[in-house]
Amino acid sequence: MAFDYVRAAKYFVLWDIAMGFKLGLKYFFSPKYTVNYPYEKTPLSPRFRGEHALRRYPNGEERCIACKLCEAVCPAQAITIDAEPRDDGSRRTTRYDIDMTKCIYCGLCQEACPVDAIVEGPNFEYATETREELFYDKQKLLDNGERWEAEIAGNIELDAPYR
Amino acid sequence: MYEFFTTTNLGIILLTTGQVLLIVVPLLVALAFILWADRKVWAAVQLRKGPNVVGAFGLLQSFSDFIKYVLKEIVVPAGADKFVFFLAPMLSLALAMVAWAVIPFNDGWVLADINVAILFIFAVSSLEVYGVIMGGWASNSKYSFLGSLRSAAQMISYEVSIGLIIIGVILSTGSMNLTDIVHAQDGRGLISWYWLPHFPMVVLFIISAHAETNRPPFDLPEADSELVAGYQVEYSSTPFLLFMIGEYVAITLMTAMISILFFGGWLSPIEALPDGIFWLLIKMTFFWFVFAMTKAIVPRYRYDQLMRIGWKVFLPLSLAWVVLVAFFAQYGAFWGTYARWTTGG
Repeated sequence: MAFDYVRAAKYFVLWDIAMGFKLGLKYFFSPKYTVNYPYEKTPLSPRFRGEHALRRYPNGEERCIACKLCEAVCPAQAITIDAEPRDDGSRRTTRYDIDMTKCIYCGLCQEACPVDAIVEGPNFEYATETREELFYDKQKLLDNGERWEAEIAGNIELDAPYR
Repeated sequence: MYEFFTTTNLGIILLTTGQVLLIVVPLLVALAFILWADRKVWAAVQLRKGPNVVGAFGLLQSFSDFIKYVLKEIVVPAGADKFVFFLAPMLSLALAMVAWAVIPFNDGWVLADINVAILFIFAVSSLEVYGVIMGGWASNSKYSFLGSLRSAAQMISYEVSIGLIIIGVILSTGSMNLTDIVHAQDGRGLISWYWLPHFPMVVLFIISAHAETNRPPFDLPEADSELVAGYQVEYSSTPFLLFMIGEYVAITLMTAMISILFFGGWLSPIEALPDGIFWLLIKMTFFWFVFAMTKAIVPRYRYDQLMRIGWKVFLPLSLAWVVLVAFFAQYGAFWGTYARWTTGG
């Protein structure tokens, strides 16, 4: 094999390093992609699957009818539901727990729900200091529903044409 | 008053302490911003913004890091040699600082104006390897030990070429005193500095300086992907901080050495402009930028590549250059550019 003089010459004049510097300087002065996270946020898709919430009808009635489809479909078995008839005879949950440490955010509960009661909202900033705080009960989920109702309803409407 | 500071023992001690503080304190404060700038440059090349939350533009990031380091728990591994374990970081910081004693910041602005300044710096920076080896050995960990062994081999290999490159400069000047070396470069500004007659050696010196200070792309002792963090792996809190400060002080020293040996120290590049300490600082900042950019763009060398470059490329090249410079200096080639002691420099 013939000796590659060009390559040897390039090696000795540090050609690669010089080109690397040129490229590095190009990037050095180009605009940065950083998003200053707590102050700036990237846009979220309407289909974003974040923290769970239990929704209510506009008249204040809980949507959930305790059909337990979400509990059945949950691949991580993170949902636990107890149910019994309410005084007015309608079927409602007495217990609706989600273990957020088990949840894999697959969105199957949301897909399975016939009344759009359990949904995954746009919130992803719910880190806690203890593990126990991540064992959500019914009250916590209903509170989430109230807090995020506007965004959740908007997202469902935006996604409606595609399902 | 003047006599008190120059003749009595107490006066001399006080004066020297004051001068030491005058070097150490600005150096350490500057270091906080150097660390910040280093991270900023690194981030910018990777299209990130870097630290920008603590203080304006993130300028206070280093200070918050400092508080974080100091407040953390010091973990001493079981089976570690405690004395050596804590001695190592202190040694590496102290040795990095000691070399600054002979650096002339301006005409006459030098703490210890000794005749063998270069030899002193060379000796001290060779000793720096002890901090690394002691740290690696005392940690009683495989990773630390491997990292420190690599570091020892690397620093010794590149010290050889650094030494030979420096000999070329000494031959040209006829003195080991850094102030004399800078004076020898005085003349017609930019073109009479040593970078021109000693051109290829400048590049070699900068590369060797990277290897000598374990700076990327030669950061094999701390190769994160193989050795976790090399000799520092068992260190936490303040001892780790000392290692890191030591490393950065050593790199800053190397930028000062490059500026003084090859780029005229405090001399101004254009004859019309006045000389001064700011020229040295500007040059050091520039070389720091080069160091930071190199960290950002060059991938880490493999160990055998590192050794091959050190022994098979740098050593012969610098050795040949010493011989060449000796001939040029002896016979006054290139209008005496290589023999500044004869022209009065």
